[in-house]
Amino acid sequence: MTWIAIITLVAGTYAMRVAGPVLRDRVSVSDEVKRYLNLAAIALLAALIGTSALLDGTAFVGIARPAGVLVGLVLAWRKLPFVIVVIAAALTAALLRLAGVH
Amino acid sequence: MRSIIRTDPVVRDVAALCAAAAVVGVSFGAIATAAGFPLSKIIVMSSLIYAGGAQFLAVGLTGAGATMLAIVAAGLLLNARHLPFGLAIGNDVLGDTRTARLVGSHLMTDETVAFTIAQDDPVRRRRVYWMTGIALFLTWNVSSTAGAVVGSALGDPDTFGIDAAFPAALLALTLPSLKNKVSVRVAVAGALLALVTTPFLPAGLPVLIALFSLAFALPVPKRKKEAGK
Repeated sequence: MTWIAIITLVAGTYAMRVAGPVLRDRVSVSDEVKRYLNLAAIALLAALIGTSALLDGTAFVGIARPAGVLVGLVLAWRKLPFVIVVIAAALTAALLRLAGVH
Repeated sequence: MRSIIRTDPVVRDVAALCAAAAVVGVSFGAIATAAGFPLSKIIVMSSLIYAGGAQFLAVGLTGAGATMLAIVAAGLLLNARHLPFGLAIGNDVLGDTRTARLVGSHLMTDETVAFTIAQDDPVRRRRVYWMTGIALFLTWNVSSTAGAVVGSALGDPDTFGIDAAFPAALLALTLPSLKNKVSVRVAVAGALLALVTTPFLPAGLPVLIALFSLAFALPVPKRKKEAGK
């Protein structure tokens, strides 16, 4: 990867990071629009969670990772501490792999 | 300051997230080095691109012999979600001064946004954003540099289930934001839209397609009721 490519990616990524807050500052945003913007972030996060939990590239990732995430979901649902959720998810996937289940 | 850190439960959560991020960071440094990236480029990527997904993608595509244009386009597409993220959190979360806003924007990641939108109180939102942002930024940069220098002493992060830890963490951070039926519907529809479109679209685009799930939040015209009258 050339330096020019890296710098272009740096500039473009920063532009997209800074654009949101700046744009929102330029226009007065009603509470209704704020609600939609919040929901947009939720939709993006849900999409990231779904794809990263189930897919590796475009193919199904196998059993171990989704099983770990499922354990995490149940524990998070039961309002267990975040630390427990993260460790339990990792541990489940790691142990399944150790047992030969991928 | 010290008492705030000690009493805030978010600190513990951020620490857990940083631990997972550190393993991925070391792995990035090691993989990039193995792919022929010099330390200088790894440091610039981690500090200035500062987006794990795009960094791994760039290294992978470089290894696969993709053109520079293709690599930049793929990275930008993957990072385009930051624009709607920024619209969602707004400037108030970042700070009151221009500098705070310019610096704060750079710390925007999936995790900082998830942590932030789960908070209701504006003062708390800002504190959580900065706390998460700074901690993750430092962790990511230190760990990826260490990975580049020392190499992959930790081995494959998947062995430790880190690949399951990240979606689970993001899930745990997003759940509190699902406060009503509409938000649940939008989240489920968004995830499904991204999953179904992933096989057909370049990386990053399916996540943006998920924004169409906002249709589930549009006010439903109450025609039936009127017709019944």
